Amino acid sequence: MTACASIAEWTDGPAEAPRADDAVRFDRVTVERGGRAVLRDIDASFATGRVTGLFGPSGSGKSTLIRAIAGVQSGVRGTVTVLGERPGSIAVRRALGYMTQSPSVYEDLTVTENVRYFAAIRGAEMGDVLERVQLCTHANQLVRNLSGGQRARVSLATALVGRPRLLLLDEPTVGLDPLLRRDLWRLFGDLAGEGAALLVSSHVLDEARHCDEVILLREGRIVAQLSPEELSARTGTDDLDEAFIRLIERR
Amino acid sequence: MSTARTFATARRVLLQLRHDPRTIALMLLVPCVLETLLRLIYARHRATFDQAGAPLLAFFPLTTVFLVTSIALLRERVTGTLERLLTSPLGRLELLGGYALSFGLLAAVQATIVCALTLGPLGLRVQGPVALLVVLAVCVALLGTGLGLLASAFARTEFQVVQFFPLIILPQLLLCGLLVARQRLPGALHAISDALPLSYAVDGMHHLSRQVGAAGAVAADTAIVLAFAAGALILGAVTLRRQTN
Repeated sequence: MTACASIAEWTDGPAEAPRADDAVRFDRVTVERGGRAVLRDIDASFATGRVTGLFGPSGSGKSTLIRAIAGVQSGVRGTVTVLGERPGSIAVRRALGYMTQSPSVYEDLTVTENVRYFAAIRGAEMGDVLERVQLCTHANQLVRNLSGGQRARVSLATALVGRPRLLLLDEPTVGLDPLLRRDLWRLFGDLAGEGAALLVSSHVLDEARHCDEVILLREGRIVAQLSPEELSARTGTDDLDEAFIRLIERR
Repeated sequence: MSTARTFATARRVLLQLRHDPRTIALMLLVPCVLETLLRLIYARHRATFDQAGAPLLAFFPLTTVFLVTSIALLRERVTGTLERLLTSPLGRLELLGGYALSFGLLAAVQATIVCALTLGPLGLRVQGPVALLVVLAVCVALLGTGLGLLASAFARTEFQVVQFFPLIILPQLLLCGLLVARQRLPGALHAISDALPLSYAVDGMHHLSRQVGAAGAVAADTAIVLAFAAGALILGAVTLRRQTN
């Protein structure tokens, strides 16, 4: 696996050569918000057909990184390449499914009405997204009357319509019960198997085990990008929280 | 520009309103109540009612649609749906077109009901064709969409956006010729009044209520209102930034 660069390479080595299957690529990307660098000198890429996890504590820059890919973040310096195009270009917008951190759906519409609308503007059908996020029983309820976790899944469903080639999911599993979390990670694996590129953020490091590869972010910098197995092997622990601590302390 | 996406957006906005029947009822009934009130105030001055009643028909859609659009768009900004739409294939003009279409339709319903009441039971006398009255009201509604969109771009909270109402709409009401005929305004104010869109809507209503065969003049006024509406919508599209902090 080419993407599993060692920590040394990530900190002082040269940037990787571009790969043919790169879905997204960052070249020396820095993002400033309110005069403060939220992301610093990011060099990274992730591939299609895989689930890439984006992990780091709250405030480490995960959402900013995702917004930079989605093309809605201002103050981006450096180059972000998405599916070979510029972020925010119409080609990217046709291929992108984006779930924001707080559920961004219409509270005064039903679940089905929400999904239908997002499908319509993508020129797609609803398909089986409600089954995939396990919301069929709530199809005709107003989003306003749903719980926080259910709203998050409506938001996820609207990101999945039209089978996007690139899925950016900002903390899709937060606040969900363990069973549902497991099912969603399985769903993400299935979607990757169908050929999509997924970038899924979470602050629960334990969820890293569901990913093909993880990017660890801290204070706006990439600490490491590697597979969960390598993370355990390199740090000598299966406890992913502990592994993260050891990685940072070693730097 | 995809009409399918524009129609889908218009449908979505109308569905949102359908789940909020109280707002629809208020939008349709309040203008009727106000026209009735005006009729009662001028119970003994029928001519004054004829003079003020018609211009108010142009003012209602501006108020209603301005408030609804500015708040609806602010909500899209605050809840993140706007950010999401801007990462989808939906174009900015398609989004605004959807808003204009749905609120234009609502304004047509509002205008039809208010005109039916005002010209029927309340006995407002107009000389021009009634259909033009409704057309002018719909154009004013499109103007309201455009101005509401612009206002929402400069507001971060509901408190702020509501304050744009006295700032953007009320001066137009004071200067549109309802209180003092525009020709009798002091020079500078007359010039300002010439630059404000509601003035032309009210001019149009005046023509309709006073002159026989004023269709040409009304069409000209309507065209000016429509041009202002288009300008506001395009400016609104420009202020709809994809990238935010």
